[in-house]
Amino acid sequence: MRKRMSESETTVQSGRGFWRDKALWRSRWLRSGGFLCRKGARLLLLLLGVSAAAFFLVSLSPVDPLQTNVGQAALGSMSQEQIARLRSYWGADTPPLQGYAAWLRGALSGDLGTSLLYRRPVLSVMGEKLKNSLWLTAAAWLLSGAGGFALGTLAGAKQGTQADRVITGAALLLSGTPAFFLALLLLSVFSVQLGWLPVGLSVPIGMAAEQVGLGHRLVHAVLPGLCLSLSGMPNILLQVREKMLQVMESDFVLFARARGDSWRAVAVRHGLRNVALPALTLQFASVGEILGGSVLVEQVFSYPGLGQAAVTAGLGGDVPLLLGITVASASLVFCGNLMADVLYGIVDPRMRKAGGLL
Amino acid sequence: MQTAQDHQPLLAVEDLTIRFLQYGRGLRRRELAPLQHVTLGADRGQMTAVVGASGSGKSLLAHAVMGILPYNAQVLGRMYFDGGPLDAQRIEALRGREIALIPQGVSWLDPLMNVGRQLQNGDRSPQRKALCTKALQRYGLSEETQKLYPFQLSGGMARRVLMASAVVEAPRLIIADEPTPGLPAVTARRVLSHLRQLSQEGAAVLLITHDLELAAQTADRIAVMYEGTIVEQVEAEAFQTGEGLSHPYSQALFDAMPGHDGFLKLKGR
Amino acid sequence: MKTRQRDNCQRDNRRAKTLAGIVLICVLLFAISAAGMLWKEEALVADFSEKNLPPCGAHWFGTDFMGRDMLVRTVTGLSLSIRLGVLTALVSAAFAAVLGIGAAVLGRAADAVVSWLIDLMLGIPHILLLILISYGLGKGFFGVAAGIALTHWTSLARLLRGEVLQLAESRFVQMARKLGHGPGYIARIHMLPHLLPQLFTGLILLFSHAVLHEASITFLGFGLAPEQPAIGIILSESMQYLSMGYWWLGLFPGGLLVLVILLFFWLGRSVCALLDPASAHL
Repeated sequence: MRKRMSESETTVQSGRGFWRDKALWRSRWLRSGGFLCRKGARLLLLLLGVSAAAFFLVSLSPVDPLQTNVGQAALGSMSQEQIARLRSYWGADTPPLQGYAAWLRGALSGDLGTSLLYRRPVLSVMGEKLKNSLWLTAAAWLLSGAGGFALGTLAGAKQGTQADRVITGAALLLSGTPAFFLALLLLSVFSVQLGWLPVGLSVPIGMAAEQVGLGHRLVHAVLPGLCLSLSGMPNILLQVREKMLQVMESDFVLFARARGDSWRAVAVRHGLRNVALPALTLQFASVGEILGGSVLVEQVFSYPGLGQAAVTAGLGGDVPLLLGITVASASLVFCGNLMADVLYGIVDPRMRKAGGLL
Repeated sequence: MQTAQDHQPLLAVEDLTIRFLQYGRGLRRRELAPLQHVTLGADRGQMTAVVGASGSGKSLLAHAVMGILPYNAQVLGRMYFDGGPLDAQRIEALRGREIALIPQGVSWLDPLMNVGRQLQNGDRSPQRKALCTKALQRYGLSEETQKLYPFQLSGGMARRVLMASAVVEAPRLIIADEPTPGLPAVTARRVLSHLRQLSQEGAAVLLITHDLELAAQTADRIAVMYEGTIVEQVEAEAFQTGEGLSHPYSQALFDAMPGHDGFLKLKGR
Repeated sequence: MKTRQRDNCQRDNRRAKTLAGIVLICVLLFAISAAGMLWKEEALVADFSEKNLPPCGAHWFGTDFMGRDMLVRTVTGLSLSIRLGVLTALVSAAFAAVLGIGAAVLGRAADAVVSWLIDLMLGIPHILLLILISYGLGKGFFGVAAGIALTHWTSLARLLRGEVLQLAESRFVQMARKLGHGPGYIARIHMLPHLLPQLFTGLILLFSHAVLHEASITFLGFGLAPEQPAIGIILSESMQYLSMGYWWLGLFPGGLLVLVILLFFWLGRSVCALLDPASAHL
């Protein structure tokens, strides 16, 4: 009697689960449209805020772009008319509100203006720089994530051992090392002292564009890539380790051990599984950090990417380019966070079965 | 030889003390000893209940026997299993096979792993799968249950899954740590009857609970825990009649049980 | 059992050692910043007869292309970094306290504004934001200081906001409210004791970030004037001499910079460990 009762209870449970799943699948697809619309609106609002804040910040600047880029001596030898023309070229005489309205109008029609330093449309400058940066940053992003995850889980599972101490110590040391100093060190060891790798740039100096092969590009990207990966790793590593420690102290790990699992089996079967989700979020949230790191690293290696362009634009008062890069990197960061949300919904069974975000 | 084994219970705990070192704010530190000089036995074919208020250290006793105390715990005293000393190495070899734990609740299951995989413990052989299915069936859980994740289990189902996890292999000692809180009375009684059945099949069952009433109804022997130590271990009948209870705490517990509480005594006077 | 006991004794020692460490770190950092202030003039002294010397007895860190002593320059630069770091971290923590607690206390509109502001700031890579702010405020000391102070409050503000909201929901605060205690009393008696340690450790943990970012932004050329011995400028200069094999120009200043950052980091961790026993198995 009792047994029959409990059996019927479970079939009801699972039956309901089955139907619930099916209904959820439908509503999930309906809802996913709404989800994307909502996120899209948020992105637009964010970009609006970012561009407005950036624009007004830059327009506050007491830095005179003419002084910086034309130079005092050259200005002195110019006629008033020439100076006036230059002033309007550098946008020094437009009121900020008007300037922003003009920029926004252009941006909405897909025109981010003309870079003042490169004298080309901002989009084409950014496209060219991004082509150089993209593979470098993407590779560094993946490497730092993979390395951080692997070493972080290892250190967390072996808390207190020699391996943990070495890994954590190295990560702490690395997290206290500015990316540009790491770049300087790598450069002086591998390029200057050992002479194994080129000193800078993305292609050999003086080589015609059509002669540059993939090999050349790879050799030039090794050090910046390594540096960027290393500087992005400690953050993920230390947080993954922390998470792993939490998991290894959880009740379900105790229970797994009580069921006779060895420490290693517990770490692999339950530890990795439970750390993977937060690690995924961390990984996608680290897009901004890698982009920020690339600014410093590209500067040291004179690598002609987006990060270096940002520095050049900032130092030279090239407002349209600086704005373009800011908006582009804010979009990238946003997409990273969005991807984390979406993947979380797909990977976590709790979110998946409950309909998740999508 | 056989007599020697008969006289010693399957699990014997002697003079067990567990200490922790804790830090307060600043440089202050203090030592806690949640368990002190605990002596306890659990025998084959019997259900022994450890009864005490929450915070009296009952769960630590279970964790000590399973060898899953936190790393900063300090364990003093002796434990024996089946006549031989139960040290860390032996616990590791025995747990999951000869000694099984039924934990408190669903938080003891990995939230990201389905029930079937957790019961299989990484062993995906058909034999193991068959054992798991059988264990689940024993508690009225269908094959479908194996595909569920812990968050999809109802309270009663979770309890049965945890129970099933203990009997995938045939353990000789089963420690159930607070298996009833939060359950409706009917379900709680059913859980205890399942445990009772396991003891009737020959296993030693150590039930850890704060519910004296339920324990007195189902267990064979009752060990009363008070402030980190076992004040006495008596036959369960003692709590029906009130006779043979020597410690004031157990007498107070007895008086507080419904049916024979203080009112009757007052009336007598 | 014996080893366990000894472990406990060692742990006991470790606690006292943590305190000793805190004192030692403070003394070290103070010494560096004081030395730097005393050497302000000497850092600018050029001696062309002794230029580009590798490390030697008279010049432990060598000399640069103008014959300036690198040890003096490095310490002066670090001194600036430390003082700037402490100052900006203080300002940042004050921002965090005001905005974080304000967001939690002043109602939904304030909360929405602060949260959006935080999202906005976290939405741009940190270095880029620093470039924007220091460009906007004019490069130089003020631009750098403002940039660092304005960009480091976000995560601490978020933490404090969450903490206040959680406290307001907690049983003891609700009970205090029912007992008729006013908001001022509740804030003083029930909230501050929880918030102050958080704020304090948050502040100390900000130091190392502030120093790190100050060096980075100065390195990129958004900071102080080139003749000033800031650590970022020293390292940026050293880059030009790297290919000539003058390795000491970068290695020692950079190494000391890392050391200072780590000292600040350890300081934060140690204080954290002493103030929040639950988090520390020290």
